Amino acid sequence: MTRPTFTLDGVAISFDEGQTIIEAARKAGVFIPFLCAHPEFPAHGSCRVCTVLVNGRAMASCTTKAADGQVVESNTAALTRDRQALVQMLFVEGNHFCPGCEKSGACTLQSLGKDLAVTSAGFAHESPTRPVDASHPDILLDFNRCILCELCVRASSDVDKKDVFALSGRGLDKHLIVNAESGRLADTGMATTDKAMSVCPVGVILWKRRGFADPIGKRPHDVESPRQRVEGKGKTS
Amino acid sequence: MRADSPGVRSTSDILDAHRGDPTRLVQILRDAQRECGNWLPARVITEIAAGLGLPRARVEGVAGFYAFLHLSPVGRFRVLVSDNITDQFAGSREVAGALCRRLGVKRGRVRSDGRVSVDFTSCTGLCDQAPAILVNGQAVPRVTGMRLDAVVRCIEANLPLEEWPQDLLRVDDGVRQAGPVLSATLAPGEALKKMLHEPAERVLAVLEGSKLRGRGGAGFSVATKWNTCRLAPNDCVVVCNADEGEPGTFKDRLLLMRHADHVFEGMTIAARFTGATAGFVYLRGEYEFLAPHLREVLHQRRAAKLLGTSIAGERGFDFDIDVHLGAGAYVCGEETALLESLEGKRGVPRHKPPFPVTHGYLGRPTVVNNVETFADAAWLFANGLDAWGALGTPQSSGTKLLSVAGDVERPGIYEVPWGTTLREVLTLAGAERTKAVQVGGPSAELVPPSMFDRRLAFEDLPCAGAIAVFNDSRDLLDVVVNYAHFFAHESCGFCTPCRVGTHVATRSLDKLRRGQGSQSELNELNTLTRLLRDTSHCGLGATAPNGWRHYLDRFQDDLQRRLSVEFQPAFDVEKALAAARVARGDEP
Repeated sequence: MTRPTFTLDGVAISFDEGQTIIEAARKAGVFIPFLCAHPEFPAHGSCRVCTVLVNGRAMASCTTKAADGQVVESNTAALTRDRQALVQMLFVEGNHFCPGCEKSGACTLQSLGKDLAVTSAGFAHESPTRPVDASHPDILLDFNRCILCELCVRASSDVDKKDVFALSGRGLDKHLIVNAESGRLADTGMATTDKAMSVCPVGVILWKRRGFADPIGKRPHDVESPRQRVEGKGKTS
Repeated sequence: MRADSPGVRSTSDILDAHRGDPTRLVQILRDAQRECGNWLPARVITEIAAGLGLPRARVEGVAGFYAFLHLSPVGRFRVLVSDNITDQFAGSREVAGALCRRLGVKRGRVRSDGRVSVDFTSCTGLCDQAPAILVNGQAVPRVTGMRLDAVVRCIEANLPLEEWPQDLLRVDDGVRQAGPVLSATLAPGEALKKMLHEPAERVLAVLEGSKLRGRGGAGFSVATKWNTCRLAPNDCVVVCNADEGEPGTFKDRLLLMRHADHVFEGMTIAARFTGATAGFVYLRGEYEFLAPHLREVLHQRRAAKLLGTSIAGERGFDFDIDVHLGAGAYVCGEETALLESLEGKRGVPRHKPPFPVTHGYLGRPTVVNNVETFADAAWLFANGLDAWGALGTPQSSGTKLLSVAGDVERPGIYEVPWGTTLREVLTLAGAERTKAVQVGGPSAELVPPSMFDRRLAFEDLPCAGAIAVFNDSRDLLDVVVNYAHFFAHESCGFCTPCRVGTHVATRSLDKLRRGQGSQSELNELNTLTRLLRDTSHCGLGATAPNGWRHYLDRFQDDLQRRLSVEFQPAFDVEKALAAARVARGDEP
């Protein structure tokens, strides 16, 4: 029996029943830009960067199931413009200073900006005040870079069974909080061995006393960007 | 209890009253806040989390989501001034200014003695009795002149709300034109008994024949929704969406005040048909003052055997209704956000599919309908298909309740058959020199005079209830700026385009209103229109641009007068340097 297929920018992609469009594309080695999606966790659908046209209708490819005969468009000028605007929005709502960030070269937001050729902020900077939390002996939280993808929330809850993180506020005031009456990470059960330690796509959850270990050119995304990883074209592959 | 006295119920008392049920978290937080002087201290959040077995951060996150729950102190009299655009035109800003001045408090701050705070809030559903305020959840309409004096006096006298003059707190019905639904006086159980012994196929035939469509905005077929639930394998739930949050809409307020029995009857009919055993009314926090009345009517219906077990003597027909209060979140009018809130969570819309008809409240098949839809269903079964069929248009059957406010002689609630033209409504309400009408609220259409002959109908000009009228003395940019700020305030923050985009839009529009806007702002707004429409997670983000989109498209003359020919920076160097000049002594 032949597997069901849909077309992505004219290319036939076969999929297994129940797969989302982005999963099927990833398996087939076709890159759809994303931020909040993570292969180990259920789809979240909040960043909207993976929006594609499904039979002409805009849908998030991480939450939309693949279906036989679907016509999916991803690599269009209009969608690229939308993705650029979304990435710009994520940059201006927080405080992102790539040159001085420990995660530079390993940051999905930065890589995506590069991939989409985002060269300016596009919108006025919000420059919010977001104090860092340095209370934990081994872990630093720099909320300035949070893109509210909830991966740490999900990892801490689903994998670590600790519920260290949650979201509070709403709208532009939505923000990450930690599970302690003091509001300090040191008073939660967070440990460096937690899954939540390694899932942040940007530079919020950081090891103390570690950083800038890899020189430019040898940082993780220099070696293999998220696109190269999906397309199997990284320097390591 | 005096407003200033400390709480009497402990956190564990409150948890016990809610059976330690985490799905009741929003209700628990509301109750705890009342006992703690209108806010939720960190210790209380910790106690609630421990009592419910929830992570503390999750409880704090829920409290942090809702505008009426406070994680830092507010006044023991928390005064909220309704700030919809028609409220503003009726003087809400002046009322807020006067209250602040006379009570000696800055807006958004707490008076040093902790007695009172004053702030704005989104539309409270009293546009026909504007300017209105909420004091600790209690509505106070028409706060001008002597009534404003009285409010100040009561607060300064530290008078508990129960002792405030009753006429100060009285909300009028506001009915201007009653049609068949509003003038009906069904005896409790009358409609239910007519369908009680009918087989499901017959009931379905009536629903299908009636072509009744949901009144909340989307206009989904009631027959299809109820029948999908009926056929779903698990135990169904019936939810009445009384989160009437669309600014300018206040017709459900009337139905709940005067026709609660009809609404509950409609819900009970839905339960009979679908086999549901549990029902909820999700009442917006702004309508807290209606809750005691609703609970009293529910009590009477239980006594009359119209709720509870073996309803109307039918063995196995068990159904009851609980009133849940929201806490200040427009997005909870979206049915899946409502269900999240009903389950005690942050009101973030779910991914669809699956839809509530198969996976709703706690994963159970759930009918979610607007207040008016249930009232109409009761009317339909009481009066029959023929009577119903005589009303409306082929695709929009029955009547529609309209909440008319703004620049009209006679603001209030009008029941009209679907198919009535907007012009006819304006004439009924006594609108003159009308420049534009916002039909269906900020998420729907801004309609210019050239379109006043359009018919209110799902197939032409759909309307969930709001008719906000603006005459030629009004600046429409004030209107769309107000709407844009509303959406930015009410965005749940889940998805990027809505969280950031609604806020970016307010900046561009504010700049336009200051006369500093140029083509670059229009370009940005056009970009946002497309982005929000195409990439938002839910309808809130997708419809947020409608106000400015229609303004830019349909009111070009108005717009051109506001545009600056050349680009002007929003940043004002002179203004930014003023503080430094003062500090340096260049200026006094």
